[in-house]
Amino acid sequence: MSEHRAEPVGGPVIFNRFTKFLAIFLGLWVLILAYRFATGIGTVSGLTDGYPWGIWIAFDVVTGTALACGGYAIAILAYILNKGKYHPLVRPALLTSALGYSMAALAIVIDVGRWWGIWRIPLGGFPDMGSYNWNSALLEVALCVMAYVGVLWIELGPAFLEKWEATSKNSALVGFAKFGLKFYDKALIWIIALGVLLPTMHQSSLGTLMLLGGHKLHGLWSTGWIPLLYLISCIGMGYAVVVWESAVSSKVFKREREDSMLISLSGAMVVVLGLYLLLRFADIVISGKTMLMFTSGVLSIMFWLEIALFAIPMVMLMRAKDRANFATIFKASMLIMLAGGLYRFDSYLTAFNPGEGWSYFPTTLELLITLGVISFEIFLYIFIVKRYPILSGTRAAQVPAYEGRA
Amino acid sequence: MGRRDERLGVPDGSPQEEGLGRRDFVKACMMAAAAVGLPASAGLKWAEAAEAGLKPSVIWLHFQECTGCTESLLRTSSPGIAELILDLVSLDYHETLFAAAGYQIEEALHQAMEAHAGQYVCVVEGAIPRKDGGIYCQIGGRTAIDILEDVASKAAAVVAIGSCASWGGIPSADPNPTDAVGAPQILEGTTVVTIPGCPANPYNFLGTVLQFVALGSLPALDDKGRPLFAYGRTIHEHCPRRAHFDAGRFARQFGDEGHRLGYCLFALGCKGPETHANCSTLSFGEMPDAWPIGIGHPCFGCTEQGVAFHKPLHQEAALPENAVPPIHPDHRTSPSAAAAGVAGLVGGAVVGAGLMASKKMAEGGNEEGSS
Amino acid sequence: MTMDRRTLLKGAAAAGVGAAVSTATRVEASTRPVAPPDAVGMLYDATRCIGCQACVTACKTANNMPGNLYDPPNDLNGDTKNIIKLYESDDEKSYMKQQCMHCIDPGCVNACMIGALKKREYGIVTWDKDRCIGCRYCQVACPYNIPKFQWDTAIPEIVKCELCNHMLARGEEPGCCQACPKEAVIYGTYEELLADARQRIADRPERYYPAGDPQIFGDTEGGGTQVLYLAGVDFQKLGLPDLGDEGVGVLSRTIQHGIYQGFIAPVALYGVLGAVIWRNRRAAKKGGSDE
Repeated sequence: MSEHRAEPVGGPVIFNRFTKFLAIFLGLWVLILAYRFATGIGTVSGLTDGYPWGIWIAFDVVTGTALACGGYAIAILAYILNKGKYHPLVRPALLTSALGYSMAALAIVIDVGRWWGIWRIPLGGFPDMGSYNWNSALLEVALCVMAYVGVLWIELGPAFLEKWEATSKNSALVGFAKFGLKFYDKALIWIIALGVLLPTMHQSSLGTLMLLGGHKLHGLWSTGWIPLLYLISCIGMGYAVVVWESAVSSKVFKREREDSMLISLSGAMVVVLGLYLLLRFADIVISGKTMLMFTSGVLSIMFWLEIALFAIPMVMLMRAKDRANFATIFKASMLIMLAGGLYRFDSYLTAFNPGEGWSYFPTTLELLITLGVISFEIFLYIFIVKRYPILSGTRAAQVPAYEGRA
Repeated sequence: MGRRDERLGVPDGSPQEEGLGRRDFVKACMMAAAAVGLPASAGLKWAEAAEAGLKPSVIWLHFQECTGCTESLLRTSSPGIAELILDLVSLDYHETLFAAAGYQIEEALHQAMEAHAGQYVCVVEGAIPRKDGGIYCQIGGRTAIDILEDVASKAAAVVAIGSCASWGGIPSADPNPTDAVGAPQILEGTTVVTIPGCPANPYNFLGTVLQFVALGSLPALDDKGRPLFAYGRTIHEHCPRRAHFDAGRFARQFGDEGHRLGYCLFALGCKGPETHANCSTLSFGEMPDAWPIGIGHPCFGCTEQGVAFHKPLHQEAALPENAVPPIHPDHRTSPSAAAAGVAGLVGGAVVGAGLMASKKMAEGGNEEGSS
Repeated sequence: MTMDRRTLLKGAAAAGVGAAVSTATRVEASTRPVAPPDAVGMLYDATRCIGCQACVTACKTANNMPGNLYDPPNDLNGDTKNIIKLYESDDEKSYMKQQCMHCIDPGCVNACMIGALKKREYGIVTWDKDRCIGCRYCQVACPYNIPKFQWDTAIPEIVKCELCNHMLARGEEPGCCQACPKEAVIYGTYEELLADARQRIADRPERYYPAGDPQIFGDTEGGGTQVLYLAGVDFQKLGLPDLGDEGVGVLSRTIQHGIYQGFIAPVALYGVLGAVIWRNRRAAKKGGSDE
């Protein structure tokens, strides 16, 4: 019998070699960030006027938020399609999403040049209220992402409130927690609905963003259907992250895995992947770009690599027999995450050609900053699941002195 | 000058006859060396050679010329220096400066060529006509072509002074009725040092000849035989009015506000950008600003074939392109080894972790799962 | 209950997908963007340019930017708002002046979410440093790659030609136009310049590209630009992109407005989602099904 009650995993945050290394690396990361803010973006990165957006945008923001769509995918499944049996996965998925989006927001603060003005975005450019540009896809992405970060943490609220209610010595905090949990009971619907609406909006618009690059974006990626392609691939990536996350956290924290739920998830993945491939090919053929698939040199190779990364997992999961094998689902999920990631990388970087004379490759410091963002997310994840009731079915909660190994 | 007349043709005579002490003489030689851009050791060598009575012979030929280059050379004197320099060489044939004429001077030429065969410096002033066998310039019944080929054949070095001798100069201006060309075009295959200019700046000539005399070598030359130390840059690169050019301040008419303020003369047809010379940095006659731009007239490119006596004075010059970037400048960078290494490591780690994870998942697959 | 939920679900799906599909279809902008009535601009005639680069220095002086021709820039950058470049082949040669085109439907203005880049007085595209957050989307959006960023400072700015609007206020022409010794680049109202350019190609059609039927670059390209170009060689060889007549921001704008027109679709979707979730929770509480 699986235990569906969420409990903190417990134990110290830095509990093995890996977390020790993480802590040290994060210390180094903070120093690098200080250097970046003191001297400018050009000194730490390979960004140039030809390639103003690099891995901080293409990976940390665009791919990172897509990978953080586990919460989105689970919310659709659990609350919209009413597959109640996914509920134990909701909180860990939400936490990954909340952290993923928060890290994307952090990456944006690191990436933009005049970061001290970012507060103007949510406040409508206050006090200069007329400054919103509704033509800009980036405005919509920025507002949606900011709102969604808030919504995600609000959705996670019950985890924090439960812990405070159960263990806090501060009676005011306990009172607040009780009140908060009652509020959630009533308002959860509208919060969750937002949590489904917002990613739908901005994940598709992340694709629309690159259309403004015009002729600089290669024909195989530049299409009016890009918002839909981004949305579909994001849904696939979200499911894949849930599978992967469930598998990994069950190993690390010694908890039971929800195989039956995950196996039925994978059936949906086949449809999602198939839809993506169909739409992609249909658009290319109908707009007369068929030859581009073969005549674009390196970009042709990248295109077919993307297609393969979408098609192979689709084939892997087509038969119910294969879906029943968790190892197969796990492998397919990793391929799907790679597929969506590569698609985004290509549309933001590889297939973006500003003209002759420009090239881009991230510098060492730029890569370390990205790795630091990821490490920070992992660190926070570990911290929160150890302190707050996120994961359910953890044997660790039942064995007080248990200390796991990575 | 009287003294010089006596000595000419009589290659003997010590500077000490002038009453200069030896130390002053050596000092003067070293200053002269500095003046033409040679090291002080060259000056020392001259002094030694002069004392030993070893004065290299110079045979100076005149053809289609105005004698302006000779005149320009004569005006290099700060008192005494010019004479010293002329005392450092033995001028064995010079039609303008010699008192002798006719058969006498031709005999002097013949003797000098025999006595110093293979050792003298042949200086050429003036263009050489080629039309109709070269009959349009003859001296003593011989064509300029013949004389030049004869004298140059036994010379240790050939130096063409002035634009006429360097590439044809004024006589070669359209329609060039005598088919006038410079010495290099007659002496193909021989290294001819050219010192173009109209007139040539005498210090460019002196520096070249005296280096040869002192060190036995010629200065570095460009593909037209011009010494790089003097002709390596264009007037435009060294012009005192360049700042005005760069800022877009131009004189548009002689006498206008810009002209009075000394603005750039490019709009008036200055050929500075197309002309290789050093007039802006080495004055004529030791007078600062004694050159066209210095007095407010655009340079007409007197050293440069195809510009002087060819392009109209007030036609705009072509600008060099080396300062203008191409349409697509190269901003590419390649990844540092460290960055490539980190990226590779991360990529490898991701792939490796994925493979390992799926292997572990396949092995322990049904242990942890619930159904 | 199952029937209701299924129908509701279909409705939600239809609303979402339908909205996405309809917007993915390209919709022609109903009105072609036009230059404002007091629009000013420049006309650059590459056949008159001699590459003296006086305009490069004059621009730096007029805009208080460091640098000079002894250490010349080789491209527009964080200190250089105007540059002269050279195109040369075996049989052709032409100089090219690069600076902001002051498009009539600018990509950068379309991109800037907070209105830092906007077409302000006289149709000049200017940058407001108090609004900009340095996201550099404008650099992605400009088909001419004009906006440049100051990469090596902690307080970076976006740098591009602003037609010396600070000098126009004093009645002076832009620095480059004042400095040019050949009047290869001239300043004037958009109408005047367009008429001038048309007159030049009418007078000497053999001088301009393409021979016989010369074109003005910027007349219609990318929706039109207030800086017009005439040249004796192919514009693409001078680095100008091959753009259709459609305004640069039209596609992105069409999709955005298509989906979010009046916020109808998002609000509708939100309503549907909320209703579905509410139904499901009520069913769960009543029927005691999977929790």
